[in-house]
Amino acid sequence: MVERTHPYSEIWDALNTVMDPEIPNVSLVEMGIIDEVRVEGVTVHVVMIPTFSGCPALDVMRDDVENTIMSLGFHAEVSIARKPWSTDRISESARNKMKTIGLAPPKQHGGNVEWELFSPVPCPWCTSENTTIENQFGPTLCRAMYYCNECQQPFEQFKPL
Amino acid sequence: MTASETAALKTMLFALADDEFIIGHRMSEWTGLGPIIEEDIAFSSMAQDEMGHALGLYSLLHQMGEDEPDTLAFLRPADAFRNSICVELSRGDYAFSLMRQLLYDGAEAERFEALTQSSFPDLANLAAKIVQEERYHWIHNTMLVQRLAKGTEESRIRMQSALSELFPYSLGLFEPFGGNDLLVAANIAPDENTLRQRWLNRMCPLLISYGLAVPAHQKGDNWTGDVEAVFGGRNGRHTEHLMNILDAIQLLRKADPKAAW
Repeated sequence: MVERTHPYSEIWDALNTVMDPEIPNVSLVEMGIIDEVRVEGVTVHVVMIPTFSGCPALDVMRDDVENTIMSLGFHAEVSIARKPWSTDRISESARNKMKTIGLAPPKQHGGNVEWELFSPVPCPWCTSENTTIENQFGPTLCRAMYYCNECQQPFEQFKPL
Repeated sequence: MTASETAALKTMLFALADDEFIIGHRMSEWTGLGPIIEEDIAFSSMAQDEMGHALGLYSLLHQMGEDEPDTLAFLRPADAFRNSICVELSRGDYAFSLMRQLLYDGAEAERFEALTQSSFPDLANLAAKIVQEERYHWIHNTMLVQRLAKGTEESRIRMQSALSELFPYSLGLFEPFGGNDLLVAANIAPDENTLRQRWLNRMCPLLISYGLAVPAHQKGDNWTGDVEAVFGGRNGRHTEHLMNILDAIQLLRKADPKAAW
């Protein structure tokens, strides 16, 4: 084992290259899915928080995280925390990246989701708030489907949670 | 937690996990068959959510010494299942499935909101997660039931007949189970009768506001059902509908226990 001076930042940097399987330009770190990284000897413990409890991408993410840790020469111990994830954990950088792929990011709600559920969702393409919800549910558990009446484009929203 | 509290908690967790698993499967039967594509997607997504909740609850049981979640779901016989009869009934027409989902999700909302206060932290955390996701089911179901109940004559009749048929079964979601009093005393879980009362008070005025007739009456602040609840599921007494589901779900795992998919 090579002596490492800053194992934590090295590990976080590496994890920041593991992308969300359903949002290809956003990493698990930016999504707030990686909750904790702890190094004990040659083992790295990573705690992940699933976004939606039925999310089928969780196993893929878990494998990706394990492989990334192992590629750095560590043993990987990945566990799933039961605490609820919230869209408030998504970083500002990730929110901006979501817009570039036509995905409206959830606003920071500070726990007041009820209000957020009924406020207008700006179009990620043209920023107009003249949008209509087409379906509370979408192609993945985390998304709803909208239509922009201004630029006449359909788009998806990452649901506030 | 004492040994008898643990046993009571497991009894409750099996009931809740099996409810989620079975209704999740019933909802998934609409995948590809929804009356419109939006509802096809909505039912498929809600099914996936309920399966996720089942997995969380089975995982909690596994953590408490029971078998792996897949073993619990795929290898138990029907009489070991503790789901309510309400969730196992055939999907019926779309009105029936939608009405059942509204009644069930109302019960789920009351139940898991209460469980966020559980003195058992793992259960409280899981409950908080479930409550987050159920908000979307509630919005979807109330919106659709309201529109159909107030829609055409045919849609109104279908929603009403679904409600009339389902109401006694939905009261059975609160079937008493052994040890509930111990869980209440230890602040681990709420009292089933209290939950049923909250659920009645939530659902009856809402359904009446949609123009539907509810077999219940109001006395003071509280609503009381006028029909007998259908019990049995929490004691492992099921209908042929559950056997049909398990035949379908368990076929592959039983034929090839090592199959991966």
